[in-house]
Amino acid sequence: MTDVQSPIRRFLPLLILCGLLILPLGLEQYKLFVGSLVLVYLIAAIGLNLTLGYAGQISLAHAAFLAFGAYSVGILQPHGVPFELCLFIGATISFFFGLLIGFPALRVKHHFLAMVTIGFTIIVFLSLRNLENFTGGSFGIPGIDRPDWGFISFDSDRAYYIYMMIWAIPVLASAYWIKNSRWGRAFKSIRENELRAAALGVSLRNYKLMAFAIGAAYAGIAGALFAPLLGYIDPSAFYIERTIQFLLIVVIGGLGRFEGPIIGSIVVVVLPEALRASQSLFMIIFAVCIMLIMLFMPKGLIGLWDLFVAKFIPPSTETKADLRSAE
Amino acid sequence: MALLEVESLSKHFFGYPALDNVSLKVEEGELLGIIGPNGSGKTTLFNCVSGVLDPSGGHVRFQGEDITGFSADKVFQRGLARTFQLIQVFPDMTVLENMLMAAQEREGTMIGRLLSREPKSARERAHELLDYLCIDFLHLNLASNLSYGQQKLLDFGMALMSKPDVILLDEPLAGVNPTMIQNMVGHIKDLNAKGNTFIVIEHNMEVVMSLCQRIIVLSQGQQIAEGSPDEVAENPLVLDAYFGR
Repeated sequence: MTDVQSPIRRFLPLLILCGLLILPLGLEQYKLFVGSLVLVYLIAAIGLNLTLGYAGQISLAHAAFLAFGAYSVGILQPHGVPFELCLFIGATISFFFGLLIGFPALRVKHHFLAMVTIGFTIIVFLSLRNLENFTGGSFGIPGIDRPDWGFISFDSDRAYYIYMMIWAIPVLASAYWIKNSRWGRAFKSIRENELRAAALGVSLRNYKLMAFAIGAAYAGIAGALFAPLLGYIDPSAFYIERTIQFLLIVVIGGLGRFEGPIIGSIVVVVLPEALRASQSLFMIIFAVCIMLIMLFMPKGLIGLWDLFVAKFIPPSTETKADLRSAE
Repeated sequence: MALLEVESLSKHFFGYPALDNVSLKVEEGELLGIIGPNGSGKTTLFNCVSGVLDPSGGHVRFQGEDITGFSADKVFQRGLARTFQLIQVFPDMTVLENMLMAAQEREGTMIGRLLSREPKSARERAHELLDYLCIDFLHLNLASNLSYGQQKLLDFGMALMSKPDVILLDEPLAGVNPTMIQNMVGHIKDLNAKGNTFIVIEHNMEVVMSLCQRIIVLSQGQQIAEGSPDEVAENPLVLDAYFGR
């Protein structure tokens, strides 16, 4: 009975995970940096989870959307544009390119769509490298500052972590709202059965385009936060590996589950760092871990929680009554 | 003016006519049966009317409006709902979610569906219908956990959910056990008596003959007969189509 939702199973994992996101504030420099990366990946992965997990539309273009956000900051900031405006512009550009990349999704599906979107990532990567006057080419853009409001500066690592959390909260909240709205249901219906969804009045065009555009906008926000975190961006940070990483996060955490990207981004960012002690072997061990997770937990790590709940937490009274009458 | 009017509708697949010049009219409150041997174009007719397929020629008029070539979602929003030959539910959503999904796109704006809460009446109607179909106790189950017959009922309930003006049922009784057939026929009759308009494709002759007031017979994409169950049963062309000469 994985479908019955009692309040405890609904919110406990979310609470624990959000608690984990506060943890890095108490850690020293390097660990704090890893925690910051988790936040960036989390925001982008929330976007991909919407596109892929809920609406079922594969996108391998999320690295490109991340780039739009990061380069908006990198290019506009030297002209004196405040960071928040850069972020807004980056998210908007991502949103519209998301719409654009959504159009092929109206015609092609699955692995064909994967090819189209990966092509987009490559085009963006090459453009970033070749438009040297604009993007600095392969040398990238150095010296990106963290936001400074005059009376308060977010320059220190700890302060910038707090700043990113301030952005993560509305992202998480809005994603939660979308998931629970009728849009979330329409997205799921497209994933589950396109034919039936259309026959029940779902505009496949509008919803698919929105699933791409909103997913892309989140990645744009993540990209804008990413640039000042590193202080330096270059095209290699926005290539296919990055896109695959996002895919990994969403799949490992649990596709189409709200908690999925949180778990996924923690695992995908922290696990390789934790394995670094094993030196040259660490990527191999990481890869094996991923394979094992996928083999034994096809529903992602959130599936573990489901198993735990099914075993140890009794269903609420209402559902008990339902079960009885079902017998 | 008829509620639904199909005028010389045709559909060609690679030059082969799956549907050839079919015309029909459905009045409000009617229960029209469509029969015919396999491959006679019944489902193609439904697909062309409901916007799943683009017709190659002819017109579909619904409540006076020409809806020929409209996409499936637009046709649905005009008030024409359908079921499919094979059960089409959303397996990884609960029964209740399936029902709510079936009504949410009929009215309102897209932006409203994001920003505002779903009206309470939708939930009430879903429970009412599920209760009517005797599957309300399953409302928290995933649709994929339901038995075949229960899924068939859910599928039927979803078609009713948005209060459509016409409901197209594509073989609602296929693969359903005898008790469930009685159950389903009872529901269709009952709802028809309450004023719902149905067009039913069905292979179970016994049921069609007792259920429908008027029957249209298709064979090889063409309409070969029309009339009351008795008239159709005695029509030599119909006997030919089914048994060959």
